[in-house]
Amino acid sequence: MKLIDTGVAAVGGAAATPAATPREMTPAQRAWRRLVRRRGAMVGLCVVLAFILIALCAAWIAPNDPLATSWSAVRKAPSSAFLFGTDELGRDVFSRVVWGSRASLLVGFSSVCISMLLGVPIGLLAGYVGGWTDGIVSRLTDAMLAVPFLILAITMAAFLGPNLTNVMIALGVSATPVFIRLTRAQVLTVKVEDYIEAARAVGNPHWRIAFRHVLPNVLPPLIVQSTLAIAAAIIAEASLSFLGLGQQPPAPSWGSMLNTAKNYVDSAPWMAIWPGLSIFLLVVSLNLLGDGLRDAFDPRHK
Amino acid sequence: MLAYFIKRLAAVIPTIFLVSIIIFCLQQLLPGDPAVVLAGEDQDPNVVAYLHQKMHLDAPLPVRYGYWIGDVMHGDLGESMRIHSPVLDLIKEKMPVTAELAALSMFIALIIGIPAGIVSAVAKNSVWDYLANAIALWGLSTPNFWLGILLILLFSVNLGWLPASGYVSPFEDLRGNLAAMIMPAFVLGNAIAAVLMRHTRSAMLQVLSADYVRTARAKGLNERTVVLKHALRNALTPIITLGALEFGSLLSGAVLTEQVFSIPGFGKLIVDAVFNRDYAVVQGVVLFTSTVYIMLNLLADFAYFFVNPRLRG
Repeated sequence: MKLIDTGVAAVGGAAATPAATPREMTPAQRAWRRLVRRRGAMVGLCVVLAFILIALCAAWIAPNDPLATSWSAVRKAPSSAFLFGTDELGRDVFSRVVWGSRASLLVGFSSVCISMLLGVPIGLLAGYVGGWTDGIVSRLTDAMLAVPFLILAITMAAFLGPNLTNVMIALGVSATPVFIRLTRAQVLTVKVEDYIEAARAVGNPHWRIAFRHVLPNVLPPLIVQSTLAIAAAIIAEASLSFLGLGQQPPAPSWGSMLNTAKNYVDSAPWMAIWPGLSIFLLVVSLNLLGDGLRDAFDPRHK
Repeated sequence: MLAYFIKRLAAVIPTIFLVSIIIFCLQQLLPGDPAVVLAGEDQDPNVVAYLHQKMHLDAPLPVRYGYWIGDVMHGDLGESMRIHSPVLDLIKEKMPVTAELAALSMFIALIIGIPAGIVSAVAKNSVWDYLANAIALWGLSTPNFWLGILLILLFSVNLGWLPASGYVSPFEDLRGNLAAMIMPAFVLGNAIAAVLMRHTRSAMLQVLSADYVRTARAKGLNERTVVLKHALRNALTPIITLGALEFGSLLSGAVLTEQVFSIPGFGKLIVDAVFNRDYAVVQGVVLFTSTVYIMLNLLADFAYFFVNPRLRG
């Protein structure tokens, strides 16, 4: 009986978060404390939050209409009037960079949501049920992983048609196998733990064990992976828009801005520098945050 | 040992089969009648009818797949709608260019990534370690097409040292070829170097704290021998698998890099095919790429098996 009590309490620790005294912190609280101590991760988190704020308040931050063209201000170098200069149609690059953050963040977050919504339940099912279900899911995952990520995304976006929604779908589906595989692997280690056995012994139905007892315990690596996946998706969105498969002109996107900028690299280099720098800053911050989260959740990791 | 090889080889066949199904099914994403889409803007009814018949569009999906995979197994990946040449010929024509780019990039990645990983592990928490980690983070976070544009800006526009774009065959002009390939190869190799550096560092850290390394030190061997001969040898075995896995990101990256530097390789073939709605080429190239990727991973597994005596038993 004691075993069952301990086991259920352990599950409760992850799932229900009992009130913690300073000496008895939940795993999540311990992880947060470790994360706060990592300067790189905190800088990353602040920059990501700043970009989210910029995207949300784009209408107030951008000084000009990102679509307004001006033939009298074509390819003007950065100045006090145009902080990041103007592009080949006389549009304000700063305003376009500010508005472009929406496309990047929207695709980054949405596509990872799609991957998780598809990948986590499938991985959970495969790992928990095992047998031929696991066999089929694993083979399909292997097959999808055999097609290089960006090539699969490009092909899907091409067949679906070029627009931002299709980019989200293409990137979300292309990244799904990674989440399936990760969830499955985690479930396989968690499902043999004593507290799962205990949960089963007290008569919980399978769906309840899977979602209430297994899922919360496989979340930490999934959170780390999703942070890194958002970074990858932002680069991939920029790549697809750079190729002309993502955000369609004249709507601003960092990738499509770089696509145009490459034609004017000798006469207007600022057109290429700022959108690229924005992608870099956002992605490096997400990577720093992801690395920090990994170390915070798994202190053994170096 | 033979059983292992047969088992691995047998596992590859269903994977390739499933990949082919996925790629074939992608065509179903096309809205409406594929023949109408493929017929182009004028949508000549004769062309539509011809395509219907040629693609067996009136047959059920599994039957159509059967026709398609049957052709593929006979080496017929279809025909390009735009240039009316067999997809396989196009692949044969473009493959050497991307293969050269991939080989050069991998070379650059190895000569940067592995030494940086070693230095970083040996001098853990030193300035070198932080520097190597910072460079790796930079490599992982820079979109390669942006890096390409920046390099063109520096080396072609400002300094005038290297050509901004274009490709010269190495058989015509080796110097010109290397001058054209060095920037794209660096752009591609730099991201992989970051991955290699991180893995080499963590593998080396693990190995350096192993008992046999302590024994080697206790025997009085100098640090250089301990690091390079005893530690590195064992730390490097997983790099073989990693190298094969990174080949996927190399091919993905090549799509963009070839676009930036106007290199007529595989990546450009896919992008051009996508924009010209030349779907047979897209399908053929993706199938070919995935098969090569699967085979490389298989070879890496075999190589790993030979390099690691513990697996041989």
